[in-house]
Amino acid sequence: MSTATTRRLRKPVLSALALASVSALALTACAGGSGDAVTTFTFTKNAENTTTEPILQALVEGECKAENEAAPLEINSIPQAEIDAQMQLLASQDGLPVMFSAGGNPAEGAKLWEAGAIADLDAKLTELGVRDMISDGAVSTIEKLYGGAFNFLPYQYNIEGIFYNKALFAENGWEVPTTWAELTDLAAEVKAAGLTPLSASGEQGWPLTRLVSGYLFRSLGADALQKVADGEAKLTDPEYVAGAQAIADLGAAGYFGANVTSLDYDAATNEFLSGKAAMIYMGSWLLGNINGDGNQIGADNVGFFKFPEVEGGAGSIDDYPANVGLPATFAAKTIDDPNVEAWLSCIASNYGNAALAQGQITGFKATDDVDLPEISQTIADEISNSSNSVLWFEALFNAEASQISSTNAALLVTGQLSAEEFMTMVQTALDK
Amino acid sequence: MRSVLGDRKTILILLGPALLVYTVIMVVPVLVSFGLTFFDGTALFGFDFAGFSNYVQLFSDAQVRDALVFTLKYALLTTILQVVLGYGLALIYQFMLRKSSALIRTIVFFPVILPTVAVGILYSKLFQSAPVDGLANELLVNVGLSGVDWLGAGDTAFIVIVIMDVWRSIGFYGVLIFSGLLDIPDEIIESARIDGARGFSLFRNIILPSTLPILFASFIFSINGTVKVFDSVFALTSGGPGSSTTPLTLYMYRTAFQFSDYGYGSTIALLLTIICLIITLFIFRSSRRDNTR
Repeated sequence: MSTATTRRLRKPVLSALALASVSALALTACAGGSGDAVTTFTFTKNAENTTTEPILQALVEGECKAENEAAPLEINSIPQAEIDAQMQLLASQDGLPVMFSAGGNPAEGAKLWEAGAIADLDAKLTELGVRDMISDGAVSTIEKLYGGAFNFLPYQYNIEGIFYNKALFAENGWEVPTTWAELTDLAAEVKAAGLTPLSASGEQGWPLTRLVSGYLFRSLGADALQKVADGEAKLTDPEYVAGAQAIADLGAAGYFGANVTSLDYDAATNEFLSGKAAMIYMGSWLLGNINGDGNQIGADNVGFFKFPEVEGGAGSIDDYPANVGLPATFAAKTIDDPNVEAWLSCIASNYGNAALAQGQITGFKATDDVDLPEISQTIADEISNSSNSVLWFEALFNAEASQISSTNAALLVTGQLSAEEFMTMVQTALDK
Repeated sequence: MRSVLGDRKTILILLGPALLVYTVIMVVPVLVSFGLTFFDGTALFGFDFAGFSNYVQLFSDAQVRDALVFTLKYALLTTILQVVLGYGLALIYQFMLRKSSALIRTIVFFPVILPTVAVGILYSKLFQSAPVDGLANELLVNVGLSGVDWLGAGDTAFIVIVIMDVWRSIGFYGVLIFSGLLDIPDEIIESARIDGARGFSLFRNIILPSTLPILFASFIFSINGTVKVFDSVFALTSGGPGSSTTPLTLYMYRTAFQFSDYGYGSTIALLLTIICLIITLFIFRSSRRDNTR
């Protein structure tokens, strides 16, 4: 046989072999498990969340050890701003993790519910017999936010109000304000004393828009922003613009301190905790910082009062702005797996206690009796006494309106945008 | 050799895999993106055909107009500063420092290799105004002026971004144009000096014409890079305050990935592509005109 014929035979055979092996390699990548049992309890959370992981780790070492052995907990973190987009993409590819955090926009989380991608926790928790471990206030807040169903777990449950420096108030003879006029007068006195009246992070934006929604709920009633979401009212209506104007006036008078635009969240809370600011509007998640080491004014020195009422307003001072932080939910695809059910049951039964042991108040009921620091006990009492909760400014907005609201809030208080312009920008994005 | 490369089949087999990979990874997504401009929807709920509505929205969107103005403003200013100052640096290397320029060149080039996000964080601290003043404000206060909230307003933030990017790239353009200056034969400069050309006339008549090709290359390089700016602006201001420092790329990213509006985001991307194309064609045409003189 001549070498020519062997060469001619070898080339096609070799190339066919090469093609076959490459395609085999490519196909193995596609052979992902569909319908496999859950062997890892995957949890994707937002990177900014530092409160949920320690509690889950405590459960892993404690009450949920057996569940962890069957399906070990595996936590991944991605930036909060990207969670909504990532999870929607994964949902469309049927590749959601077992448990994942919500993004900053409840409207986007509600979309996952509409698409049937997340589990009905009301039904599942009732089936597992642990439904009563979730507090009713938390459930009602979740239903208001996420499409009318109980489909997210309240790993955090926060109420919001104004924390104040008790020593500074006592020293200067200041009283806790109960009306908006009293608050503005108090702020003027604080500024005259050389301190920052209200510390707020302009870089984050939401601490400022919380004040706008607080004012709107007090002046127009607890359904002020639900009306906007339903289209019955517009943010550009004069009574809504008045709310933005009230906050813009605070900024114009310099009550937020200098350079509020560039102040980030940590710097703003440090202003309060180091005694440079007399008050800060924040939620009960601040308790971690207040009871922690970074508090230079002392935990006993921090008081809490409700957002003041607006004279002649339709809202009540007892309407608490409440939120469930960034709750977590379960993918519908894996919820019926026995390992996942075991984990869910264990979390529902024990999260409340584990969190309280670390000083955190959550939407899970705690059955143990724990000695709380005074300020935490005050907040816990307020939570159990609260009758009606309201949401916050961006709660029912879509992603674009939420983005515009938080990035332009600082411009509102520094006078670079008028109240009218600010509300118009947000309403335009809402109308899309 | 010629028999191997002259054979059509051989060329196909050699180029085939690379061409296939290139097409799948580069060309197909571009075509899909172009197709998406005619659709509306999200990954979760599917896409519906929307005709030209995205284009109509593009032309009436005020935010696109603001982003475009910012992008062009930034690109022009940064390009001019980068290339002109880079040219100045190159002249310093060639005529003032001569042999000892190697060390200076390396030091000035150093910022080019720094990650843009690290530079962004560095500059946000340098120009900080709250809670404590950064270096820039400290200098202003020491001289007797008052501090400025640099990142608190669009105009001052723009200045910081331009300073940051020029500082970062100036070393690169210095070295690039320096290589062009090295190519000028010494005899020409000598003979020009003998003829009495000094300083500015030497520069205008001999040096500048000889370095025109590399100057054009630098302009193209710079403008193509600055029109597509993303990471340095994102790291420093995230497009803020408000949307006053949002370039087209950042607006496109937000629309497509944060607002989940892939159709409209693709339309903005198409606009950006066309702008880059126009700029490149324009520069190529003017450079070709010069060479035929």
